[in-house]
Amino acid sequence: MTKITDSPAKFSLPKLTYRVWHVWRRNFDVFMKTIKVNFLPSLIEPILYLLALGFGLGGFIQPIEGVPYINFIAPALVAISAMYGGFFECTYASFVRMYFQKTFDAIIATPVSVEEVIAGELLWGATRAALNSTTVLAVIGAFGLISSPLALLVPLISLLGGLLFASLAMCFTAIAPNIDFFNYPAFLLITPMFLLSGTFFPLSQLPPVVEVAALTFLPLTHLVNLIRGLVSGRAEGFMLLSLAWITVVTAALFLLSINLMKKRLIK
Amino acid sequence: MFAVNSLERYMSSSEILIKAHNLTKKFGNFTAVDHINFEIYKGECVGFLGPNGAGKTTTVRMIHCFWPLTEGKLYVAGFDVSTQAREVKRIVSVAPQEDNLDPDFSVIKNLQVYARYFDIPKAEATKRAKELLKFFQIEDKQDVLISELSTGMKRRLILARALINEPQILLLDEPTTGLDPQARHMVWEEVRSLRKRGVTIILTTHYMEEATALCDRVLLMDNGKIIEQGNPVELVKKHIGAEVLEIDNDEKLLHALKAEFPDARFEAFGDRIHVFTMQPHGVFERFLERNSLTNVTIRNANLEDVFLKLTGRRLRE
Repeated sequence: MTKITDSPAKFSLPKLTYRVWHVWRRNFDVFMKTIKVNFLPSLIEPILYLLALGFGLGGFIQPIEGVPYINFIAPALVAISAMYGGFFECTYASFVRMYFQKTFDAIIATPVSVEEVIAGELLWGATRAALNSTTVLAVIGAFGLISSPLALLVPLISLLGGLLFASLAMCFTAIAPNIDFFNYPAFLLITPMFLLSGTFFPLSQLPPVVEVAALTFLPLTHLVNLIRGLVSGRAEGFMLLSLAWITVVTAALFLLSINLMKKRLIK
Repeated sequence: MFAVNSLERYMSSSEILIKAHNLTKKFGNFTAVDHINFEIYKGECVGFLGPNGAGKTTTVRMIHCFWPLTEGKLYVAGFDVSTQAREVKRIVSVAPQEDNLDPDFSVIKNLQVYARYFDIPKAEATKRAKELLKFFQIEDKQDVLISELSTGMKRRLILARALINEPQILLLDEPTTGLDPQARHMVWEEVRSLRKRGVTIILTTHYMEEATALCDRVLLMDNGKIIEQGNPVELVKKHIGAEVLEIDNDEKLLHALKAEFPDARFEAFGDRIHVFTMQPHGVFERFLERNSLTNVTIRNANLEDVFLKLTGRRLRE
């Protein structure tokens, strides 16, 4: 429609009720229907990475901080799968539901509100992230790459990290003019994050400026920190800092994305 | 005549279900709905008519809390749409123009999932879903995906979905656009049958035939305002008369007609002339008996004539 000058949606805290779960459940039901197609990639991908980078490339690489290369990258693969799960669910998949299928329009004609629809989408994105990373966790477990029972906390941490990436993604969905737009955040944000978050080599290898920037701005660095600590059992103080960073940024992006989506959807 | 009587009955005895006061919606500088006032009574079937961009759909979308008002007040069953959206949405249902059925689910699952948004328990939802699929004659499709349905079946499923919460008010936004005549008549039958059950129905349509067939009352909109309202039959009588004569555009003939019907209104477009008179049935026929003419049609005046008279023949959008 036409451009809005007077904005009816001012920045506000969303009023959420249990109806958020109706939206979550809708996506869960679809997921369960197509579980085989959904699950296979998240199972195959980490195995390929472990084979190629861990066993293949890793054979030429010195242990990092006393840790064999394959053990170094395995927890990062868990974190990466959470990032992909949350990000892609709330960009491409949410956009399809919003724009092409008009699913959001159909739901907000019922007692469920716009805010609850978006919150339900975000929680579902977080759930997808946790499901993906738990699958990868099982894979690296099967390869004998888990050294601590603290790894049992990984699904919970992935849920939080997934909510962060889902909320980040939803901010892009709120401003996306079309579905091709997501190429920008995918290549300019997600791919650099995939490579530069202490995933495949320690951050300390980078120039100090880049290292600080990565720790300040790239959420994946903190998720990798946390998951690596839990999987290896080397829990350290900086992990609490990472947890605090993720919690604060998640809360901010959660609120921001709901408000941006309201601005897009309420005219 | 029955329609007129029933209208009077609503006007005098029944309660107001929807009340709009100075209802206004602006999109930037464009005023889609411009300070309109109307009331809708319980049990009525009311049609919003108007050219593209007249403000019909915008009005309907404000009734079901899809778009917030820019100005004015709108009450639905006593609830203020601006502050009590949840209460309103619980008793109002909408069958939108576009297909927003859930393509990820089967026919019956569409209804079950939709029922969940209304907090209807699963067993009750399934029971209602089966009844509705039967009512709309799509029960044999209950397990197929939406993509396998024809346009008419999708339309009926959208209607079924709109009824899952047993609404007091049903909003139909162009319910038969794009349907073949069979499917259209089927939808009309279903709408009539819902009316008999006491559901208040508001529809927007471009089809005047549809408005005449279904509505007790129509509100004619143009440029965001309500420019006329009333019972379809009464409106035709008031603005057009009983019959319309259509003839080829011929100067001599036009002259003769003007002499014969001094009070008539003549409208030329293309190579045809339409003659409107307020005189009773049969006047054109008697004229034709005295003059042998070819290529002449006498037809009953209809709501479309009223529509074109009041909104003009200029193309919109």
